[in-house]
Amino acid sequence: MRIEFLYYADCPSHEEALARLKGAMAAEGVEADIHIIEVKSDQEAQQLRFIGSPTIRIDGEDIDPEGLEGQQYALTCRVYTKRDGRPSPAPETALIRARLRGEIQ
Amino acid sequence: MAISVGSTAPDFKLKGVDGKEYSLGAFADRKAVAVIFSCNHCPYVLAWEDRMIAIQRDYEARGAALIAINSNNAAAYPDDSFENMVKRSQQQGFSFPYVHDETQDVAHAYGATHTPEVFLLDAERKVRYHGAIDDNYDDASAVKQHYLRDALDAVLEGGEPSVTETPPVGCTVKWK
Repeated sequence: MRIEFLYYADCPSHEEALARLKGAMAAEGVEADIHIIEVKSDQEAQQLRFIGSPTIRIDGEDIDPEGLEGQQYALTCRVYTKRDGRPSPAPETALIRARLRGEIQ
Repeated sequence: MAISVGSTAPDFKLKGVDGKEYSLGAFADRKAVAVIFSCNHCPYVLAWEDRMIAIQRDYEARGAALIAINSNNAAAYPDDSFENMVKRSQQQGFSFPYVHDETQDVAHAYGATHTPEVFLLDAERKVRYHGAIDDNYDDASAVKQHYLRDALDAVLEGGEPSVTETPPVGCTVKWK
């Protein structure tokens, strides 16, 4: 399993999100390296198809594909939608765990 | 660097989503004005937005007002365009002015660097609190320190906020 964590340093949610990813991996018994990529420029955002920070991909697939709709590649914070419908700057652990299990919500 | 607590806040003249122009003079009858640098797309703003609306609702009758200023570079971040500001205000039912700092001069004058970022002004338009709205962007029910509400309570009662400055938490202002 290839796990990528892309982030923009000016968006403060990346530390929390990385901690959630690590916690989710431990809970699901997933042993894999996390490829951590800091996106530093608009050009890199384009090249990496980065719509915002943080972005987590499992085997090349974004953990929140619905969140990609209508978004442009940019150095910015990304909006996730929690299960209760509220916006959040980081994905919920439950979403990350579901994706690690291969579940599609 | 942000203007310091105790300093006099800069005035401005900015176009609102309602088509009117707003300056600090528009709030001449308000004993406190919460100037909040904000935008349309930042998830921290979105997470705190309901609380901004609630603060306006809860403090209006007590003589306070809130104004949200969007200074983001809309050319690079189209979600933060004036057109989208109008939509956002209507969708969310903002009861406070939402104004456009297209040149980013006001953000520079205040030294704002994040969204949301609060500058609470008293009747003399001196900064009495600067920083975050509260201590938990993620969960309103888990807030332990209501920084802006507490500062409003103190200022409106003629006292000093116990907390005058906190680091703003949110996205960075998107500069041209």
